Amino acid sequence: MACIESLKYEIILRNATFSECREYIRKNCREHVTVDPGFALFEKPVIGVPPILLGLDGDSITFPYTKPCYGTFLLRTENPEEAARIRSLLKK
Amino acid sequence: MVSITGQNEEKKAVLVLGCPQVPVQTAVALYLMHGLRRLGVRPIVAGNPAARMLVDVSDPLHHYAGEMVDLDTCIADMAAGRRKYDYYIVFAHNDAGVSYAATVQSISGKKVIMIIYGENFKAIADSVNFPAEKIVAKAVHNPMPMKKKIDEVLPWLVSNL
Repeated sequence: MACIESLKYEIILRNATFSECREYIRKNCREHVTVDPGFALFEKPVIGVPPILLGLDGDSITFPYTKPCYGTFLLRTENPEEAARIRSLLKK
Repeated sequence: MVSITGQNEEKKAVLVLGCPQVPVQTAVALYLMHGLRRLGVRPIVAGNPAARMLVDVSDPLHHYAGEMVDLDTCIADMAAGRRKYDYYIVFAHNDAGVSYAATVQSISGKKVIMIIYGENFKAIADSVNFPAEKIVAKAVHNPMPMKKKIDEVLPWLVSNL
């Protein structure tokens, strides 16, 4: 997700493990979606240890984001188009 | 060159480099590329700009390193099926390295070779719960423990994966 800096995002967890990210999403997001590593989110592949959970709350998407030097973050951003795209994939 | 792959078509290995903050990474990567070339395998390097630049400056004529690819581009291409390799080698000294290895394993469907090093090598190795061959050593400043492990297992890995 090289374009992450172009998004307006909130950092929910820093230096998180993928199980911590999953736990947060299960407890705090209204809908959650399991995706495989490499799933395209904001046109870039998601990096992570499966199962990777994405959270949806209206137009908000909560997702793990890994950088080689900084570890894994759990981020939240509002993006109606991407939230709708993920929901449409789920319905297929 | 001694080829043990037994095929005319050159095989390719991608080396997915981690954050270059642990000093041995570049030295171990270059040594591994040297070993792969001796076994008839062409190494391709994927890494962030700093990791790639360290390889570029250390091997300016690319005696060892082959093509250099941006890490995110490489993963995106693999996920889209545009890039495939015979061997997937991922460097890991932190959780992020394990995440990249899990991603590469999931996308490729193949067993990955993990080079696990640094201060927390045991915890990192224990956290791997997906198909991987792990080459593990407490190598931070001194690359020799990892070099010895690579010497022991690389021919077997190239022949058997």
